[in-house]
Amino acid sequence: MGVFIVKRILITVPILLAVSFLTFVLISFSPMEPAEAILRAQEVPVITDELIEQTNEKLGLNKPFIIQYIDWLMDCLQLDFGDSYVKNESVWQLVGPSFFNTLKLTVVSSLVIILFSVLLGVICALQEGKIIDRILRTVLFVLTAVPTYWLGAILILFFSVKLDLLPTSGMSGMKSYILPVIATSLGYIGIYFRTIRSAMLNNLNEDYVIYGRSSGLSEKKITMHILRNSLQVSISIFCMSIPIILGGTVVVENVFAWPGIGSLSIEAILSRDFPVIQAYVLIVAVAFVIFNMISDILNAALNPRIRNDNS
Amino acid sequence: MKILEVKNLNVWDIHTGRIIVHNTSFKLEEGRCLAIVGESGSGKSVTCRAIMKLNKRSLQQTGEIFLKNEGLHQLSERQMRRKRGKHLYMILQNGMTAFDPSCVIKVHLQETLQTHFDWKEKEIEQKMIQAMESVNLKNAKELMHKYPHQLSGGMLQRIMIALALVLEPDVLIADEPTTALDTISQYEVVEQLMKIRQNMKSAIIFISHDLGIVQKIADEVLVMKDGEVVEQDDTQTIFVNPQHEYTKYLINTRRALSDNFKNVMRESLYC
Amino acid sequence: MKVVKNLYRDKLGRASFIFILLVMLLGVFAPFIAPHDPLAVDMKLRYAAPSWEYLLGNDHLGRDILSRMLYGIRPSILWVFVALILSVCIGAIMGFIAGYFRGNVDAIVMRICDVMLSFPIYVITIAIVAILGPGLGNILIAFILMKWAWFARIIRTSVMQYVELDYVKYARAIGRSHIHIIARHILPVTFSDIAVTASSSMGSMILQISGLSFLGLGIKAPNPEWGMMLSEAREVMFTRPELMIAPGVAIVIVVLAFNFLSDSLQVALNPQLRKPKNRSGLKPFKTVLNEKEVAK
Ligand SMILES: Nc1ncnc2c1ncn2[C@@H]1O[C@H](COP(=O)(O)OP(=O)(O)O)[C@@H](O)[C@H]1O
Ligand SMILES: [Mg+2]
Repeated sequence: MGVFIVKRILITVPILLAVSFLTFVLISFSPMEPAEAILRAQEVPVITDELIEQTNEKLGLNKPFIIQYIDWLMDCLQLDFGDSYVKNESVWQLVGPSFFNTLKLTVVSSLVIILFSVLLGVICALQEGKIIDRILRTVLFVLTAVPTYWLGAILILFFSVKLDLLPTSGMSGMKSYILPVIATSLGYIGIYFRTIRSAMLNNLNEDYVIYGRSSGLSEKKITMHILRNSLQVSISIFCMSIPIILGGTVVVENVFAWPGIGSLSIEAILSRDFPVIQAYVLIVAVAFVIFNMISDILNAALNPRIRNDNS
Repeated sequence: MKILEVKNLNVWDIHTGRIIVHNTSFKLEEGRCLAIVGESGSGKSVTCRAIMKLNKRSLQQTGEIFLKNEGLHQLSERQMRRKRGKHLYMILQNGMTAFDPSCVIKVHLQETLQTHFDWKEKEIEQKMIQAMESVNLKNAKELMHKYPHQLSGGMLQRIMIALALVLEPDVLIADEPTTALDTISQYEVVEQLMKIRQNMKSAIIFISHDLGIVQKIADEVLVMKDGEVVEQDDTQTIFVNPQHEYTKYLINTRRALSDNFKNVMRESLYC
Repeated sequence: MKVVKNLYRDKLGRASFIFILLVMLLGVFAPFIAPHDPLAVDMKLRYAAPSWEYLLGNDHLGRDILSRMLYGIRPSILWVFVALILSVCIGAIMGFIAGYFRGNVDAIVMRICDVMLSFPIYVITIAIVAILGPGLGNILIAFILMKWAWFARIIRTSVMQYVELDYVKYARAIGRSHIHIIARHILPVTFSDIAVTASSSMGSMILQISGLSFLGLGIKAPNPEWGMMLSEAREVMFTRPELMIAPGVAIVIVVLAFNFLSDSLQVALNPQLRKPKNRSGLKPFKTVLNEKEVAK
């Protein structure tokens, strides 16, 4: 197990480096020259070539590309992403809090997803082919085809406007979580619930179930064994879903005016605030990679085959 | 004494309507061993599972099955469950997949024995250790705390046999217990099965397509082809004087194979 | 041929296929079918209810919603489809190269895939849109750049399986050219895997791309696109919620049709899944696995 963890972490490091390099390269393709953008942001009245040259010098933009990258990476590691072109704040001041807002939404949604996927998946597997199974499967299948933003709008119209139960947007207290979490979760529940259901059904035909029956075990005991093995799938799904949702909250955040990193990034694109975009891409990609790593490790920890592998 | 009797067993797939086992009947006397042979896909496993009423829901069966004169075909699933394990017990082909991969072996052994006997944990452990040692498993206590993937197929197979020793079922069904094993483990498993035969009153249904083992272990042989019984007789008679073409074919192929094997051995000795 | 027959027998699959074909044709021939100019503004008709002349009513600028829906098929489905085909082609080429030749080429291609798949799709799209500016073309470029890696992985796995088969080894041994072997022996058998993967990602691609248009990063106004129409409808959501109906329902139905088709395709290519139990389980499981692939 220890070996596995070390290996997995070692694989992650080069990927992180590559991701950061790509982010750096990508943004340096931006059509606007950084020095010019900064001077504009500082509202310098007349921008001369000389002034640009001076700024380049000051910011180290004349150095070789690779040195610039290393400097930038070192700064990033200290959470110094430079200053926003548009707002009078450092990028981290903008990105940091909104990243955590996104993270909160992601974690709550993942919990909801796993809870309902397991619940519905187990119900449907035990009732396979019966009316409940069919109805749930159909409803959830349809839900996977519903665009989140449309669903979000419908939820707002119904719960906030018509029933006046919940806030339409923003992030203020527990109540404001409900609608964004529902909008985020429903589609994923539709996918993951089917996975859990089929994991249960596959386990139903495993040899160990037949052997358990042939030994005379009660159905209750056998169901517990099946659940135990299917739960492993559920937990790996839980871990997997976090990074995927994290990377995809942009739309929901936009619909519900959630002050997260997705909303921030759209704002930054429309105002061409490159340092913010760069930080957004880097942070979300890094979080994505790291969550995936954690998910793999947790997965391994749950699997006795890997857990007890001492080699 | 007649212990198991199967009369006109039919099994078919309700989706396709295909008949998988066709009008099969046979009897099993106390303490005897019946071997079922036939190529794969001939319906041996389905027959056995039909006896235990453990086929998938998509397979339907008719016919009469009597265990000690009690009609199993009339029992409800609940009553049937009480028969399984204690009276009818089945060993699967692949030991590696027969135990829940996420639990140590002991969990299954304990759950099974607790279901059928009022023994305490200590007692169960003792009996299991004794049984496991008698099938040549050393360090039985440690073995019970291992996960299936940490043991070999042969060991798991023998653990299933050890459980049979404790359960003392009336009928023990072994569905190709040696097919998934290497030659040495095969030998050990067969050895243990023979020992069981000597020590227990249980009757055994032994499925295999290894005629060598069958000749060694079985009292009677039943030959299946495409879901039908084509021949059924004493082991001796079948091997010496096979009646049906298919049986002859099976025995000849085996002879050819083992002759071939001998030739290869001889050649490699000379080189 | 057998596949076509199997697919034809599956009622739902057949219906989905015909429906999708129909929708695509409507998109292609939109200029001949659309009753009005999708861009024609008529302030007198603002928010007009459905009428015989304007079957689905008019939007906030008095434009004909039906015509806009019909023209919207082009960016919402046809262009997405083209992008999908392109990324499948790139993915197939890379996957074939990696899986067939193995060795260093394989290692390099797979490491590139690893890095590409370390970016969530929305993030990379936003980065590319930030550089190139908003626009449907740029979003599609981002998708092609990202998705090929996913297809390459899956196709590589599938190719590797078949390269090991005896008849392929034989063909190699008797010195057939690589092109010949790939075209004659491997492409036909991997094709089913390619088709299933591609069809199962079409639905999610439509959803994602319309989502980006909804955010204002896609097609530029006043051109019609379904996500964009929803975005415009949202502005007046509280007073005129009915404007959200047509584009929303259209997206749901089309995506559903693609999902059904992909399910049926899978069954058609692999008939032993026909048993109801397996069938219901397989597709999402594969999707999740793929997502896991993406995540790795
Ligand atoms: N659950 C099932 N549904 C449909 N057909 C089955 C099922 N199980 C087995 N069969 C079919 O029954 C036949 C006999 O299978 P089996 O009894 O496993 O053969 P074997 O003699 O090798 O043990 C095979 O042709 C198999 O395809
Ligand atoms: Mg069998």
